[in-house]
Amino acid sequence: MMRSAGAATADERVGRVGPARRLLIRPELGAVVGAVLVFAFFAVQSPVFRSADGVANWLDPAATLGIMAVAVALLMIGGEFDLSAGVLTGTTGLILVTLATRFGFNVWLAMLVGLVVALAVGFANGLVVTRTKLPSFIVTLGTFLMLQGINLGVTKAITGTVQVSGLRRAEGFEGANAVLAGTFQVGGTSFRVAILWWIVVAAVATWVLTRSKAGNWIFAVGGNEPAARAVGVPAARTKIALFMTTAFAAWLVGSMLALRYTSVQANIGIGQEFIYIIAAVIGGCLLTGGYGSAIGAAVGAVIFGMVEKGIVYLGWDADWFKFFMGAMLVLATLANHLVRRYAEEVGR
Amino acid sequence: MIIETRGIGKTFGSVLALREVSMGVAAGQVTCVLGDNGAGKSTLIKILAGVHQHDSGTLLVDGEPVRLTSPRDALDRGIATVYQDLAMIPLMSVWRNFFLGSEPRKGLAFDVATARRVAREELRAMGIDIRDVDQPVGTLSGGERQSVAIARAVHFGARVLILDEPTSALGVKQAGVVLRYIARARDRGLGVVFITHNPHHAHPVGDRFLLLNRGTSMGEYGKADITPQELTALMAGGAELEELAHELERQ
Repeated sequence: MMRSAGAATADERVGRVGPARRLLIRPELGAVVGAVLVFAFFAVQSPVFRSADGVANWLDPAATLGIMAVAVALLMIGGEFDLSAGVLTGTTGLILVTLATRFGFNVWLAMLVGLVVALAVGFANGLVVTRTKLPSFIVTLGTFLMLQGINLGVTKAITGTVQVSGLRRAEGFEGANAVLAGTFQVGGTSFRVAILWWIVVAAVATWVLTRSKAGNWIFAVGGNEPAARAVGVPAARTKIALFMTTAFAAWLVGSMLALRYTSVQANIGIGQEFIYIIAAVIGGCLLTGGYGSAIGAAVGAVIFGMVEKGIVYLGWDADWFKFFMGAMLVLATLANHLVRRYAEEVGR
Repeated sequence: MIIETRGIGKTFGSVLALREVSMGVAAGQVTCVLGDNGAGKSTLIKILAGVHQHDSGTLLVDGEPVRLTSPRDALDRGIATVYQDLAMIPLMSVWRNFFLGSEPRKGLAFDVATARRVAREELRAMGIDIRDVDQPVGTLSGGERQSVAIARAVHFGARVLILDEPTSALGVKQAGVVLRYIARARDRGLGVVFITHNPHHAHPVGDRFLLLNRGTSMGEYGKADITPQELTALMAGGAELEELAHELERQ
């Protein structure tokens, strides 16, 4: 209260902010440091982990998770959650395989139907949240349960089992598979195409967040919605668009996985929604909204990929994965908290 | 006069929130609206800001009777309101807040470089020295935040600036800083409506003083016609004078 604000000369009590400190206030810092540490941990102990094939191997789960984590990060920066995102990857995959194998749809057409359904689900989530002002946690939990029921119920009714398979024989499979589930070669090592999609999604999301009008609106509706509304930001439209973006990502990932495995289990994606949120939080998103980064979420997904595969390379029991992720989450949240306090002190 | 009200009134159901209030706002002048809690200050400014519509009397903008239908309508006529509470997004940088809702474009993109530069220039033109426009607004003091909001309204073409109790939550020094910006905005030719319940904040910058009590006007005075002591007496009555005298001493 006692400091003089805006005296015409620079305030002598404010020191210069060095470049190192500026770097420290980036929201994705915690994730990058974490990723380096996790990489070092596994790379030291496992030569396979640090080999090109090893990198390709752990980048693969990181990529599909990363696409979702980036979309979920945007939504979280906008101040909302989507618990239905994981199971929606199952829904879109099931639509694709069921239509292509049981109803003779071309794979591309089946994917288009899946996209329309996904966007409709995202739109419905957004509309209910913005109209009713109910917490999105509850609204999308409802969507999550409903989709879970539909996935199992419809699959059982059509196939009599809990999975649909046989996508390989469908018309248009080769092309779609090459675009969404194929591989590419770098120096004799084959990488999944999903990695390219992940980079594209992260790059576009980062551009939108930091260099577009919409990005400004996303930070604003997550940070202080009434204030954003008061200066003319279309808050409801922004949020609905974010829910639809998450749904779009779920469609992309659901289609990728269906094309890769050519079959889909009716219970796929359940439980993944929390992994997306954890990756976004590790990437610097605040649970309360208004702060975070798309790159951070993408890096958070890399940590997941490295731990998931690294544990296998070290010959540990895969159950340790859960423990590791829990510890990462707490550490990341703590680091974010400290970094943000530090960030705010930079201005003081 | 940019804005003038003639015998304006507003009722909410059976409650007479405002009765027969006449006032004016001229370019390059500060009109202070003074009154205790419940005097009708908020109702009056919400009519001027387009949030509420008056249901008796006349509201004139540029000499023409109008009815402001929305805050957007008021804004389009150059009437900008800075509310003390919901002005800014704390975690966003100064320049992002400055242009929120009216982002400059370059093709499809938000012209970040221009936004940064213009925000810095506009703040400097108002004599506001924000050391770093990249810092989050949450790290600014209350006075600095008000100042940024004022600079923002000026930049986006406000002719009339309505300030809703900009000094009430501030310490003495901070309040002084905001008062300086009010004077600066006035010198740039804006009409300012300054709502306050503190006559010692109002008197130094005000040109005209509208006193409200229980929804009615106790008169509009020119600066020459009234002393701070008289303002205080009119507003508060004798009982609270002593307390205010203490406040004066500390200043």
